[in-house]
Amino acid sequence: MDLTHPPEVEAFRAEARDWLARNVPAALLPSLETAEGFAAHREWEARLYAGRWSAVSWPREYGGRGADLERWLVFEEEYWAAGAPARVSQNGIGLLAPTLFDHGTPEQRERLLPPMARGEQVWAQAWSEPEAGSDLASLRARAERTADGWLLYGQKTWSSRAAFADRAFGLFRTGAAASGPHQGLTYLVFDLRAPGVEVRPIGRLDGKPAFAELFLDGVFVPDRDVIGEPGQGWRIAMSATGSERGLALRSPGRFLAAADRLYALWRTAADPADTALRDRVADALVGARAYELFTWAAAARIAEGGQAGAESSLNKVFWSQYDLALHETALDLLGGAEAELIDGEWAQGWLFSLAGPIYAGTNEIQRDIIAERLLGLPKGRR
Amino acid sequence: MRFLPTEEQTDFARAVRALLAAADVPAAVRAWSAGDFAPGRTVWRRLAAAGLFAPAAPEAYGGAGPLPVELAAAMVEVGRAGMPGPVVETASAAVLLSRLEGGPGGEAAARFVPRLVAGGEAASLLLPGGGPYALDADAAEHCFAVDAAGRLHAYGGPHPAGVAAVLRSADPARRPARLAPGGGEVLAAGPGVLAAARAAGDWARLLTAAQCLGVGEALLERTARYARQRTQFGMPIGAFQAVKHRLADTLLALEFARPLVWAAALSLDAAEVAAAKLAAGGAAYGAALTALQVHGAIGYTEELDLSLWLRKARPLRDAWGTPRECRAVVAGSWPHARRGTPAT
Ligand SMILES: Cc1cc2nc3c(=O)[nH]c(=O)nc-3n(C[C@H](O)[C@H](O)[C@H](O)COP(=O)(O)OP(=O)(O)OC[C@H]3O[C@@H](n4cnc5c(N)ncnc54)[C@H](O)[C@@H]3O)c2cc1C
Repeated sequence: MDLTHPPEVEAFRAEARDWLARNVPAALLPSLETAEGFAAHREWEARLYAGRWSAVSWPREYGGRGADLERWLVFEEEYWAAGAPARVSQNGIGLLAPTLFDHGTPEQRERLLPPMARGEQVWAQAWSEPEAGSDLASLRARAERTADGWLLYGQKTWSSRAAFADRAFGLFRTGAAASGPHQGLTYLVFDLRAPGVEVRPIGRLDGKPAFAELFLDGVFVPDRDVIGEPGQGWRIAMSATGSERGLALRSPGRFLAAADRLYALWRTAADPADTALRDRVADALVGARAYELFTWAAAARIAEGGQAGAESSLNKVFWSQYDLALHETALDLLGGAEAELIDGEWAQGWLFSLAGPIYAGTNEIQRDIIAERLLGLPKGRR
Repeated sequence: MRFLPTEEQTDFARAVRALLAAADVPAAVRAWSAGDFAPGRTVWRRLAAAGLFAPAAPEAYGGAGPLPVELAAAMVEVGRAGMPGPVVETASAAVLLSRLEGGPGGEAAARFVPRLVAGGEAASLLLPGGGPYALDADAAEHCFAVDAAGRLHAYGGPHPAGVAAVLRSADPARRPARLAPGGGEVLAAGPGVLAAARAAGDWARLLTAAQCLGVGEALLERTARYARQRTQFGMPIGAFQAVKHRLADTLLALEFARPLVWAAALSLDAAEVAAAKLAAGGAAYGAALTALQVHGAIGYTEELDLSLWLRKARPLRDAWGTPRECRAVVAGSWPHARRGTPAT
């Protein structure tokens, strides 16, 4: 058992740290959930790409560095510690790309990955529907066969950043669900500016305008944009949900950096006699460390051929609860009147952390998965 | 970086687990609670012969250490089995005495450590800043106490002359004793003793954290099994989400405590050890509350062996560092606030 990196990994860290120190914008970018922020973040993604840091774990031929999991986690640590901007490309890089590596054709990888790495094509996830949230397999948006492709009809919703994104990936019904709701679904990608697509922004709790619902009326998708076999969409999509819940969405670097900021805030702003707050700060430090260490153990198992699997549901519940508690502690440290001011960084973070237990599969659903797959409890009624 | 137990570490823990599984530990626990230490001491001697305490002391004294990771891994099994007796205290006493080597207590180390490590003798331990009671002092051959001035006292046992009173614990298998002030043989004194006591205190906290993890795992495993079997309303209670989700949260707390225990064993840094104890102690106590609730009334009885773990969880959570004490250590000296000052 060991917690030290070999010199080559430390050299990689030093290279990343050095580049980030020279390139991270000095001023905070506007939120990527706004039009202005989206544009600024695209520029940042292009700059990252120019340094070949935008998709470090991809093979070099697609714009990556071929970094293994250990290096990727180290890069993430440095990225967030440097105060670098949140990634507007995260849906594409974290969710679609792993699916393309597992199920895409070489042609699809060559066509879709490089513009994703450059920030030229930003992707939205189009899974949820008004009637299909937790019960995603009950989705009704459909793809109908046409001469050399498919026509999409129906409605998708809660699509993060779809108001400004370029393309989307989603699941559509292409066959009868005769043998079960998970059958007859197809995974495909489409253009958000194609004829027949209407994107309607939905105001989020934090007032940012990037969230959207999508109305699809005869949107053409060529055959080459179907990922994997038609009808196999569920299996293909599920192979990526582990990334969504687990590491790819929330690497520990982010929380380590946040816990450090909280610690600094406590040291400068808190009344040392307030041991109740001190205890919560201590819990935040321990939580960030626990998440980091849990991840290193998972990384070691994966490096030895293990699978992320249902364990990523443990990650999901942990980080979403952790994120909320951390931000609540920061607001309490700042004091009521300060915390009320919504433009503060911690207040913004708190507002977003409220969504954590809901997106990427609600925590209720994740607890079901943990109980059934990791503890062997019987399936109940969903 | 390979943050997983090595094969040797896993093998050692597995051997301890097998030994404990082959013994009737629940019967030994019940006897221990009634003041009959013989069955527990039989298991104890077997554990010592199998090398349980070897990682606590250097080879010169019959040990193989110091190997805190190995000892922590074995201590998870001690907790899982619900083993009674001052296991943590004996290992930590071996650490304390070994540290005196070459110093004022070098002779004491040579005299006592081999008997603790391989001889199957048990020791209770009192350290400055630790709890006020000497655990199982009436069952152990030795009791070592370091006072605030840095004097190391040894009391012979069992039933050492220094024991003033044995008190009743929430866990009847833990027997806290108050020692009579003064008395005993002074083995050594000075700042070297205090430094050794600090190190032994960190080991005791770490090993208790590991034991908590094992207790929590045992509780969760029994509870999940029960939830699969017990039916109400025509189905196993484990199919109900209220039950499922509580068990999922229990697993979550244990799974995120485990790597903290490993990391603490690797570094023996005081704040990391405190973090591990905080998380593992909390997870074990949470597991106890869940186990009780999910078992319903049968869980509230002494009949079921479950009670042997249930009643251990909270005293163990507080032994060698309450949550409050651990949080104060973490907030006071967190070693990981090292990632520069990121832009805000
Ligand atoms: C900020 C944010 C960003 C999002 N981004 C995207 C995105 O980019 N793309 C996308 O496709 N979707 C996105 N979503 C949608 C998200 O995936 C869904 O909100 C989520 O899956 C839950 O679905 P729902 O909102 O329809 O709630 P419902 O499924 O209607 O659930 C409502 C409540 O009932 C509970 N519930 C439902 N079924 C059960 C059950 N069987 N057992 C116990 N409790 C149950 C849920 O846990 C929840 O608390 C986003 C959501 C948010 C908040």
